[in-house]
Amino acid sequence: MTTGVDLGHPQAQAIQSDEDVVRVRQLVRTVAVASKLSLVDQTKLVTAASELARNTLVYGGGGTAEVAAVDNGRRRGVRILFADDGPGIADLDLALTDGYTTGGGLGLGLSGARRLVDDFTIDTGPGRGTRITVTKWSR
Amino acid sequence: MERVPVLKIGDILLVSIQLDMSDQTAVQLQDDLAERIVSTGCHGVIIDITALDIVDSFVGRMLSTIASISKVLDAETVVVGMRPAVAITLVELGLSLNGIRTALNVERGMELIAAARPDEYDDGEGGDEDADDETTDTR
Repeated sequence: MTTGVDLGHPQAQAIQSDEDVVRVRQLVRTVAVASKLSLVDQTKLVTAASELARNTLVYGGGGTAEVAAVDNGRRRGVRILFADDGPGIADLDLALTDGYTTGGGLGLGLSGARRLVDDFTIDTGPGRGTRITVTKWSR
Repeated sequence: MERVPVLKIGDILLVSIQLDMSDQTAVQLQDDLAERIVSTGCHGVIIDITALDIVDSFVGRMLSTIASISKVLDAETVVVGMRPAVAITLVELGLSLNGIRTALNVERGMELIAAARPDEYDDGEGGDEDADDETTDTR
């Protein structure tokens, strides 16, 4: 699991529509700037968040994103939890393969988002919904 | 839903994306552009993404699709103004932007389009034979 201490309350954003995906991006950007991530790291994290928020909406049938500034004693970072109560992912290895999609997209959302962050954990299974936690640390 | 304006300048359609687009807005832009290419008979489309602080797989796919649609409708598409952090992130995400021509700014984008159709943009200097060759600044 991701280590690190929360700095203040995590901020939650419901993901129920296209516009909410935009709001998740904006919230993540705000917290990333406040946590002093570099511009490239901000961009990577916001891009990853956009992919995962869209997945939460399209595959999970909606859910929430919780964004928190964290500190592991040496570095600051931003942690985001995406949670939905959708059908869950049956074959995780397959879902994490570049180019694999069941939704008509490019199949880069999950695999690409994982490459863009420092820590990536996923808890899912058929009928269990999906919880994905990602963290990006400052350099 | 917000809409991205499409401007006609001479024989070129110029789109400057100034807002954080929802997926729906992106799809609408795709449809609007196809419509405008046909109604105006323009042979060039320039999409300025200077103001975009991320390009995720959805927007990347939209750009590829616009390029393909415009090609079928006898128009060239050039994407200009990509920020360095966005380029770095796109590559790491695994997005290849298939079939998309890029230029650093609107001016270079217009040169690319003119070079691709030397007959129609005869400026008296003779056509540039190799449109793919990024010409160097000789100042």
